[in-house]
Amino acid sequence: MALIVKELVTILRDRRSRMVLIGPPLFQLFLFGFAATLEVKNVSLAILDQDHGYWARELTRRFAGAPIFTTIRSIPGMADIRPLIDRQKVILVVNIPQHFSADIKAGRPAKVQVILDGRRSNASQIVQGYVAVIVQNLDRDIARAQGLPPPPSVIVARNWFNPNLIYRWFTVPNLIGTIGMVLGLSVTALSIAREREIGTFDQLLVSPLTPTEIIIGKTIPSLLVGLLNGTVFLLISKFLFEIPFTGSLLLLYAGLTLYLLAVIGIGLFISALAQTQQQAFLGSFVFIAPAILLSGFASPVENMPDWLQTFTLINPLRHFIVIVNGLFTKDMPFETVLTNAWPLALIALVTMTSAVWLFHRSMK
Amino acid sequence: MTPDASGRARRFRALVVKETIQVVRDPSSWLIAIVLPLILLFLFGYGVSLDANKINIGLVVQDTSADAQAFAAAFGDSRFFNTRTAHTRRVLNEDLVAGHIRGIIVIPADFTARLKRRTAQAPIQVISDGSQPNTAAFIQNYALAVWQNRQRQRAASNGVKFHQAVSLEPRYWFNEELLSRNFLVPGSVAIIMTLIGTLLTALVIAREWERGTMEAIMATPVGKAELLAGKIVPYFVLGMFSMLVCTVVAVLLFNVPLRGSYLALGLVSAVFLCPALGQGYLISAITKNQFVASQLALMSAFLPAMMLSGFIFEINSMPAAIRAVTFILPARYFVSSLQTLFLAGNIWSLLLPAIAAMLALGGLFFTLAIRFTHKRLD
Repeated sequence: MALIVKELVTILRDRRSRMVLIGPPLFQLFLFGFAATLEVKNVSLAILDQDHGYWARELTRRFAGAPIFTTIRSIPGMADIRPLIDRQKVILVVNIPQHFSADIKAGRPAKVQVILDGRRSNASQIVQGYVAVIVQNLDRDIARAQGLPPPPSVIVARNWFNPNLIYRWFTVPNLIGTIGMVLGLSVTALSIAREREIGTFDQLLVSPLTPTEIIIGKTIPSLLVGLLNGTVFLLISKFLFEIPFTGSLLLLYAGLTLYLLAVIGIGLFISALAQTQQQAFLGSFVFIAPAILLSGFASPVENMPDWLQTFTLINPLRHFIVIVNGLFTKDMPFETVLTNAWPLALIALVTMTSAVWLFHRSMK
Repeated sequence: MTPDASGRARRFRALVVKETIQVVRDPSSWLIAIVLPLILLFLFGYGVSLDANKINIGLVVQDTSADAQAFAAAFGDSRFFNTRTAHTRRVLNEDLVAGHIRGIIVIPADFTARLKRRTAQAPIQVISDGSQPNTAAFIQNYALAVWQNRQRQRAASNGVKFHQAVSLEPRYWFNEELLSRNFLVPGSVAIIMTLIGTLLTALVIAREWERGTMEAIMATPVGKAELLAGKIVPYFVLGMFSMLVCTVVAVLLFNVPLRGSYLALGLVSAVFLCPALGQGYLISAITKNQFVASQLALMSAFLPAMMLSGFIFEINSMPAAIRAVTFILPARYFVSSLQTLFLAGNIWSLLLPAIAAMLALGGLFFTLAIRFTHKRLD
């Protein structure tokens, strides 16, 4: 107990570690909350109007009216397409061919060509989705103007849980897990490595405390710091980013506790192996980079090859992201949370036990 | 050559040789220069994919008529979807919450009845899981395309002239197959190079400050600029070597096309290493402490390169203040140059401004670094 208090005091008293605990996590939450988005906004496009007719003007007007297109350039000829796309001045060029309006008037099929920058193929595909809707609406209105019946069926699209597909609703809850991991590892792995270099850790090892007691003494303060940090993030997500929280708060804290225990277990395991700060830092980095990339945060787990999907099961962040996302927007029920929570408990158990064993060995 | 200049050259050469031996002997520099890039490149290449090619969706067909079944089959046959059929929506709702499926397509019971009535349009409901916004957008795009195709087929088989006044013809330049890997792998090379250039340099030189070996060199007649250059040259060579390794893996293993020339790729990489190494040296000179240097390098180089370089997240979609910050990130210019060199070719109108920007940032970092290297013992 005295050890727990001592560790907690150490973490909070050192100005440098206090800075690491408060400043960077908040900075990252705000920066990434705003910056990490796959949403497409402020798109620049160019229109090559070779028709100059009524419907071409109408189409141009509709592009100008769509909020995602903020810059619209009009270009005089085919030769202007390549330099604009090449230099990434625009992500797409809409090419309205000659006789476009005449074809429509005569009931002949008219075509609109769009050229998109494949160097940014994800953004291009999303933009194409917007273009497709604009063209489809034009098509419908032309049919109506010509007195033709509407198509017999229609697609009714709904996005559940996040109707306007605001990317921040996805990013910010995930950051509770991602930044929590970076923090959890730096208060365990990096701080123990530093104590080793200074020599204070050896004093702990030669004290009458058993390895299990040392591990508990290191775990509980880190857990408290992590929970405190999680609470701050939760409040910011709810009140500053205004992300709806639909699930059970109790389940979230239970999930967060298990997740932090798993992360701290990994941190203790790394610190049991690392002799220097540099090794601890590299060790944490070698763990954090794959953990974030293979978590479902950077890109969905289901897009990965099957063998890699199996591998992600040992990644605590992958499980926690399902829980935190589910509880924020989807009101995830207890059973589903449980299926994602028990792997966390298992990871925590395995890493903690190995850490105890490694410390035990190093004491002999 | 005057005796003084030749002595200077010899001294500089000796310094570079010493530093090189030191880098080669240190196992952690090998770890960062070769093992880490390979691990990261594999992770980015295999693990990060935005190609939602087989999205799991649920299909509820409440109407048993042939027409409804044909619409359902069109969704089932689509190469973008992996469908799971159910008769009620309740089971699928749970799957959607659990994340087993990413969308539900519902063909309601009165679908055929409304299809036959000419006055009302028969609705097909497409529900997507908005908690994964990017995938949700793709589901809506794909569903629209499948539906349009089916409409056309239906009209053709009924002998009705399908009326579509305007149709869209998309053309994707540089990446016709729309593989996200083709742009993610070149982008990730930029991140890896940032890691090597800035993090490795910051960490290793900070260690020398900590251990006092930097002071030992300072006691010699070596000048500040010479010292800096002597420290940087081996890491420059190491960085170029990693670049080669990354390029080989990208082209041979991940089949990313390399449409630009090797020469242009080498040039752009060499130019990028100037700001990257300069930043790393600057961090070590300011902090003189491994722990703080590693944190600062992560915060000022690695994380911005990941999040703000346009490697995965769109710069245009960021708020204006953050967009302004991206202009001082060397990685931003390197990412767009690499994506262009790999996918589009030697487009000098894009590369030259990028090179100029990277050189300017490099000059800035080195000037600051020299200013912060005090040749005295604090």
